[in-house]
Amino acid sequence: MKYLDEYRDPALARRLLAELGAVATRPWRLMEVCGGQTHTLVRQGIDELLPAGIRMIHGPGCPVCVTPVAVIDRALELAATPDVVFTSFGDMLRVPGTSTSLLQVKAAGGDVRVVYSPADAVRIAAAEPRRRVVFLAVGFETTAPANAAAVLLAESLGLTNFSMLVSHVLVPPAITAILEDPECLVDGFLAAGHVCSVMGYTEYEPIAARYRVPLVVTGFEPLDLLEGILMAVHQLESGRHEVENQYARAVHRDGNQVAQEAIRRVFRVADKEWRGIGSIPDSGLVLADGYERFDAALWFPSGPRSPESASECIAGQILTGVKTPTDCPAYGTRCTPRHPLGAPMVSSEGTCAAFFSAGRTAAAPSPALNAATS
Amino acid sequence: MCLAIPGRLESVEPADPFPTGTADFGGIRKQVCLVFVPEAAIGDYVLVHVGFAIGVIDEAEALRTLAVLRAMGDVVETELAGGVS
Amino acid sequence: MTASPLFTACPAPTAETEHVLLGHGSGGRLSAELLSEVILPGFGLAGSAGRPLEDAAVLPLPTAEIVMSTDSFVVDPLFFPGGDIGSLAVHGTVNDLAMMGAVPVALAVAFIVEEGFGMRELGRISQSLGRAAHAAGVKVVTGDTKVVGRGAADRLFITTTGLGVRMPLARPSAGRVRPGDVLLLSGPIGLHGVTILSTRDSLGFETEIGSDSQPLHRVVAAAVAAGGDGVRALRDPTRGGVASALNELAAASGVGVLVEETALPVPEPVSAACDLLGLDVLHVANEGCLLAFVAPDKADAVLAAMRSRPESPGAVRIGQAVAEHPRRVVVRTGIGAERVLDMLVGEQLPRIC
Repeated sequence: MKYLDEYRDPALARRLLAELGAVATRPWRLMEVCGGQTHTLVRQGIDELLPAGIRMIHGPGCPVCVTPVAVIDRALELAATPDVVFTSFGDMLRVPGTSTSLLQVKAAGGDVRVVYSPADAVRIAAAEPRRRVVFLAVGFETTAPANAAAVLLAESLGLTNFSMLVSHVLVPPAITAILEDPECLVDGFLAAGHVCSVMGYTEYEPIAARYRVPLVVTGFEPLDLLEGILMAVHQLESGRHEVENQYARAVHRDGNQVAQEAIRRVFRVADKEWRGIGSIPDSGLVLADGYERFDAALWFPSGPRSPESASECIAGQILTGVKTPTDCPAYGTRCTPRHPLGAPMVSSEGTCAAFFSAGRTAAAPSPALNAATS
Repeated sequence: MCLAIPGRLESVEPADPFPTGTADFGGIRKQVCLVFVPEAAIGDYVLVHVGFAIGVIDEAEALRTLAVLRAMGDVVETELAGGVS
Repeated sequence: MTASPLFTACPAPTAETEHVLLGHGSGGRLSAELLSEVILPGFGLAGSAGRPLEDAAVLPLPTAEIVMSTDSFVVDPLFFPGGDIGSLAVHGTVNDLAMMGAVPVALAVAFIVEEGFGMRELGRISQSLGRAAHAAGVKVVTGDTKVVGRGAADRLFITTTGLGVRMPLARPSAGRVRPGDVLLLSGPIGLHGVTILSTRDSLGFETEIGSDSQPLHRVVAAAVAAGGDGVRALRDPTRGGVASALNELAAASGVGVLVEETALPVPEPVSAACDLLGLDVLHVANEGCLLAFVAPDKADAVLAAMRSRPESPGAVRIGQAVAEHPRRVVVRTGIGAERVLDMLVGEQLPRIC
């Protein structure tokens, strides 16, 4: 496919790796914030071919992984309500709440439907006026315009049976929180290309200046990632700390103004709880004044809140890069994709799940590498 | 996060209430909402996430990135060849 | 086969026969009519008048190894580009027999029909099943039809049980793969799964591709003729895709498997759909291709034999069995890195991130 295949050229990727080896003179730790980038790095095995010393830390950029248990529990409660059609992206169905998941609620008779687009949830509400349709609105800035459009669509159709359970998160405050952490190990960031397609990258400029870290807006294909890593390493080697744009074909400095306007109309910025990390100021979106009537949290009385149970999951340290999955005693034993203890093991791009499906263990970071050199 | 892929816009339909279009992704055709890309025209590649176009691919920039990558590759190739000889 | 005589003779079916009724499963006259007017003609057995319908079939078989397999089909939708539940029910079981090196001989077919199911659809599916069986050279020798109340089944389920005779030199078994064996794939992957996904309204995409559903026993016959018992193991990567099939073979034989990702034949629309929905093509279902582990000295001959068949002109070598990393499947990516390829966990769900 055009604009994808060219950026997957294996020969060019190998040459970029060689170039990276020539440029890097010291060890550097880079964080790719976005789970989609983690997925490409792990699936292509790029992080293992990086020159010794260049280490990728997988950041908190997976909305599935950072959605708090309390929100999941609320979703499960709504999904089990008799007249509710509960709609969600496929990603969220396996995520464990305190005691169960949407897939299990569905099996027990809840009307849980996977939608590809939030607009599909609105269409279901229009087609089934007697049912109350709830959409689980999760995501980063990339998904926020679509979720905002769903609200605007429901408004223009005059629907009174559509609402959203909102758990939206924002990237720049999360990067700031990571940099503020005294244990922070990150020397530079690959910023998430599609988030920046929507938001542009002016928000990152003060962060780069204040914390003196390079931030490279990066795409999702292997060559994009390698070039983004190379650009960050070039900056680090020459002592620069700027925002650079590797993904210029899809990202402009000011982003998509129309999409930003839709976000501002429907949502407002609020403090937000991140699973495994805690509350980060001004790091989330909630429905703005005038759109509260689409807020599922206000529609449905809340049941008793189960306290966030103590778990041996170290998601917070994983998501901030302080630890890797193989440091966790539960990884691969008590915690697997079939029985996840925490969210990073659920989403296929969650750091733990990505490690697990690549077969990584503490003893053998990549068992595959020992293999098949024959 | 945020799986988005480029598709070629093949048709544009008027607003009802939002403008939509059909995009072709290498033989897969899908209806996409164009409300966020009013500038998109037939033949453009739009970047699609959860059924919404969130941007138009800048062809000049795409070619420039590729040219940079290839040039970088050629330099390395030369260096590697030099190292061996 | 020509169209069912039922529908040419009766262009406007009466109200009673437009839908399957509970009574059609009663064992009485309605049951007999359903059988004689809809299902048997569909199977191409309408001309067997005079031959009594027995409780079971008697099969004269040569003295050889008999291979038997059964499979239930619950596909949604019932009709899809490239096939339907009827043809799939034949191909699925024929292919399971073929993977054991058998020539399929006979099929038993059981229908479970939901009350209210369209009679015309049932006729079309019966005909499709009959045509597929005829084309595969396998006879439907016995069967059963039950009608259950509304909601007790989702429209139509079909179970097919197949009997086959093992080809004289064929010894394929999941446990016979040895390090060094060459891994062949008979054709492009992902077509069936992506075609089925394309019919889901909730995903809303269109494509020209169709399911690859087809019988593979003639491909197997050609492979065995060329490679004899050097054809060590065969598997059709249906649900769970290539990833699951290879993991099963690696586990059963206690070997490692190395797959070259760049060698995998993935049609562009399949690749695009996987990019769009965030799926791994190696987890997507197939119904018309097979994986074969072949002894190294027979690999070229078997590959050439597979390519000579119309079902598998695009057969390719995609990897090999190795002594390293036993019971693990490893994919070598385009850039030369290696990653472990796991089985699919649970249901395949489209993702946005």
